[in-house]
Amino acid sequence: MKPDAPRPIPVTWRRKDLLGIQELSAEEITLLLDTARQFKEVGARDVKKVPALRGRTLVNFFVEPSTRTRTSFELAAMRLSADVVNISASSSSLVKGETLKDTALVLQANNVDIIVIRHGSAGAAQFLAERLDSSIINAGDGAHEHPTQALLDLFTIREKRGKIAGLHVAIVGDILFSRVARSNIWGLLKLGARVTLVGPSTLVPRVFERMGVRVVRRIDEILEEVDVINLLRIQHERQRRAYFPGLGEYVSLFGLTKERAHRLRSDCLIMHPGPINRGVEIDSDVADDPKHSVILDQVTNGLAVRMAALYLCDSHRGDHDAIQTNRRATA
Amino acid sequence: MEARPYDDASAGTDAGRVQVMDAAEIGRTLRRMADEILERNGAQGVKKLALVGIHTRGVEVARRLCDLIEQTAGMRPAFGVLDISMHRDDLRRRARLTSIQPTRLPVDLESRTVVLTDDVFFTGRTVRAALDALGEYGRAPSIQLAALVDRGHRELPIRPDYTGREVETSPDDRVRVEFTPEDGDADAVWLSRGDART
Repeated sequence: MKPDAPRPIPVTWRRKDLLGIQELSAEEITLLLDTARQFKEVGARDVKKVPALRGRTLVNFFVEPSTRTRTSFELAAMRLSADVVNISASSSSLVKGETLKDTALVLQANNVDIIVIRHGSAGAAQFLAERLDSSIINAGDGAHEHPTQALLDLFTIREKRGKIAGLHVAIVGDILFSRVARSNIWGLLKLGARVTLVGPSTLVPRVFERMGVRVVRRIDEILEEVDVINLLRIQHERQRRAYFPGLGEYVSLFGLTKERAHRLRSDCLIMHPGPINRGVEIDSDVADDPKHSVILDQVTNGLAVRMAALYLCDSHRGDHDAIQTNRRATA
Repeated sequence: MEARPYDDASAGTDAGRVQVMDAAEIGRTLRRMADEILERNGAQGVKKLALVGIHTRGVEVARRLCDLIEQTAGMRPAFGVLDISMHRDDLRRRARLTSIQPTRLPVDLESRTVVLTDDVFFTGRTVRAALDALGEYGRAPSIQLAALVDRGHRELPIRPDYTGREVETSPDDRVRVEFTPEDGDADAVWLSRGDART
């Protein structure tokens, strides 16, 4: 089989940081997805490591616990040959009372090039980006944004369906507390998809309609019409008060049961950012059904998307303008 | 220090370009290169041979050399493609992102004589990157280099074992190799003068 013809990427990336999807243009999102498609090719090779970020140092600074996102970033950095250090809240001086800014300045003083941060407060990544020269990648800030998750969701949809514009995507469940939902909504709308949010009024307040999406109260209303159904995890850890009566009632109104899955269109994609609460958001059999479920593709694609994000944000630091000026001067 | 381009055949084409090789000459040249590869490695050596094309047009050079060697020796060498985009030493200095292409190599690299192929040999930096990339897949007992055009201006102590044609250029010139059917109706090598002196 002949490889695809090389496709030059016309848009250039001019950002030091990746903080959220809301601030990105459709072209920038597409550039990230195209770059990720190329890095996915690297993952298919026998030797999966390339020297693109050799000599760079990346810190995974996870103030909130995370296994899959942190691991994914760590693998992405290692496949790009960067050196990686992991810091969790419990092992950092934050527990001794050091402020976020001081911890970050210490990291920068150690000449760290890229900081991947997850934090419980919205805006934490931006706070650092405005104060540090290092590239800051937001790996989730409170209920605000989780850009790489949205990018891997967009990547998976585009890969499986060939496009995003014109598709109808349902996001089901805990929208209020979900940074995944916010980032997804921005990304899907920017790329021309229709978005319907599904959930109880406590978790999906009507105020979301201002973002340009539809809100419905029962999963049964949308099963037959959607191209993609993205099921969010019920975030027990963020729900200090009761936002719905109980898991049984949640399943009966919003759970994607086997019976409901039969009503989906044959080409409908089922997505879930993980970790899955089997039997709550989704029946175990449905999650494992290869006909609809792309949950594991999402994980694979997450690696490619994160390699792309690290590569692009680092490439910004290469000082291209200076080189172009230099070129003109010597020519 | 000036950031000099790689042996980059994808550079744009100018109106004032001159043809330095036509289809017939490219055909004859590749024929001769295939014979030289056979002569040096022996007809018995074909089963140990792997021709590995460097993206983009080195791939087509390798494919054609495989065809020609098969015609003569009755046996086809192994064929591979190599992406070097992430191994370039100017990766962070390029204004544009390079595109990543597939890498597919014969599994038994450790027992192969590898002939790296490229369309245009220029600074040598592409080949250096290719040697790095190849080295990650195994230790080939021997690596040789074949290039359809050698345009001079080496920056590294690397030179081809098999050269199709030497073309005198200035550093700012562009050499573009076109292969049917991807690039047009007829195989050709074009030289366009750089705009530095205008």
